[in-house]
Amino acid sequence: MAEVLVVVEATREFGVKKVTLEMLTLARGLGTPSAVVLGGAGAADALSAKLGEYGAEKIYAAESEEIDGHLVAPKATVLAELVNRVQPAAVLLASAQEGKEIAARLAVKLDNGILTDVVGLDADGTATQVAFAGSTIVKSKVTKGLPLVTVRPNSVTPTPAAATPAVEQLTVAVTDTDKLAKVVERVAEQKGSRPELTEAGIVVSGGRGVGNADNFKLVEELADLLGGAVGASRAAVDSGYYPHQFQVGQTGKTVSPQLYVALGISGAIQHRAGMQTSKTIVAVNKDGEAPIFELADYGVVGDLFKIVPQAAEEIRKRK
Amino acid sequence: MNIVVLVKQVPDSGADRNLRADDNTVDRGSANNVINEMDEYAIEEALKIKEAHGGEVTILTMGPDRATESIRKALSMGPDAAVHVLDDALHGSCAVATSKVLAAALGQLGADLVICGAESTDGRVQVMPHMLAERLGVAALTGARKLTVDGGTLTVERQTEEGYEVVTASTPAVVSVWDTINEPRYPSFKGIMAAKKKPVKTLSLADLGVAPTEVGFEGATSAVVEHTRRPPRSGGAKITDEGEGGVKLVEFLATEKFV
Repeated sequence: MAEVLVVVEATREFGVKKVTLEMLTLARGLGTPSAVVLGGAGAADALSAKLGEYGAEKIYAAESEEIDGHLVAPKATVLAELVNRVQPAAVLLASAQEGKEIAARLAVKLDNGILTDVVGLDADGTATQVAFAGSTIVKSKVTKGLPLVTVRPNSVTPTPAAATPAVEQLTVAVTDTDKLAKVVERVAEQKGSRPELTEAGIVVSGGRGVGNADNFKLVEELADLLGGAVGASRAAVDSGYYPHQFQVGQTGKTVSPQLYVALGISGAIQHRAGMQTSKTIVAVNKDGEAPIFELADYGVVGDLFKIVPQAAEEIRKRK
Repeated sequence: MNIVVLVKQVPDSGADRNLRADDNTVDRGSANNVINEMDEYAIEEALKIKEAHGGEVTILTMGPDRATESIRKALSMGPDAAVHVLDDALHGSCAVATSKVLAAALGQLGADLVICGAESTDGRVQVMPHMLAERLGVAALTGARKLTVDGGTLTVERQTEEGYEVVTASTPAVVSVWDTINEPRYPSFKGIMAAKKKPVKTLSLADLGVAPTEVGFEGATSAVVEHTRRPPRSGGAKITDEGEGGVKLVEFLATEKFV
């Protein structure tokens, strides 16, 4: 069976991201998964055990300061060379900012079609996408070149399939043009050890109804009790209650968790665009007519400042 | 500094949107078409740079006839001129082909800086800035929440999931911006009147030296096979809190095995 290249998404702090395991799972339906690690020195070592656990038969490692110290372009160059050499059956990347950007450059380099925000992938390369704020399901195909797709987190359940991957170091040969955008600093702003927003199985979000930045502690407390991530509506972000990287909606992140808890969020279309493919939706809002209740599997009309602390207390009791 | 801002006309994301039944493209005929929201932030950023450093701001749009409305709207915010890539053969173009056309137009315009929104609200594909940078052989500083211009050096704070990265490059470059970067101005009455007289140049594929076979359905590198409407979600139980709302909420979560 032909190789399927899976470009690994990982963080320094948490290692291999869940979307990578989802991609390895999807890749097994198309061929033999090979993981591609693009990063700084020693990047692959820390990740190989996990990648093998989910079926990576091979790991291609491109480790270099040139990759780590520049934005995206060197990664695309290394990947393009690898694709030309191994002629894979498909290339999978994460449908997040960087994955899409690498894929974009790869598509141009190879004059190859690209499909983003894919939530399912058939053996023949037909991809399923969800468009227009979750209202339309689209089946698409790359018609020129190989299936080059970016996979949206929380699309499939990762299933282990033990393999013992052989690691092959790639030679990194990048051009001066690839080194035009220099990364001079990386600043972490993530608070605590909560799961990453787009990957979390549970997301607890606050909106304008939370009232101020300090009150977001309530949202965080409930998220922590449920083991979830914290999100925020655009209204809450625009009001300065919570940082923008946690914004869920049309101009923020799209999430698709098992459980989405909306606290003090009216459910404007801008917000619904980013969360309405969640499996179960729960809402607390003082306005019984708020559109969020049209989506919610369970809604409580009332004061979130009474309901949320009571719910938190009840969860503690049950633990 | 000569700045080109990419503006895309999209169906209003606040209204119902569809793909066309006949050719699977975005239905623009029945939609209320507006400037892609993120592009207004790109225009604002360009105008701020012009105000601080001088130069010209040009709008670049590829789209059908009716995209003219969005071009005039963009000009009413303050840019100097616009270029409209207009050609019937473009209908059905994929992202890869679109980038080829826009890169050809940018090649003619010779901008120091190209600014665009991080993504459009219709496709949300997010690939255009890097596709253009790849084709033009220039730097791409993408996902900016802050942009600083110091002579020919650009520095951005790039929003990431963990926080942000500080990334620098020299012009010429492509920069894409999120809606956290600024607060777009509203067009003034004077701006709206002035926009009517600003030059809008139309370029065809022939003007750009791109063959019709490289774009549209014929040149597309991907295709929509089918599309269906997802059944809308329906609301479930809704209770009014009478003192036990929090407990009842947790009971529901427990039945769903979340607690």
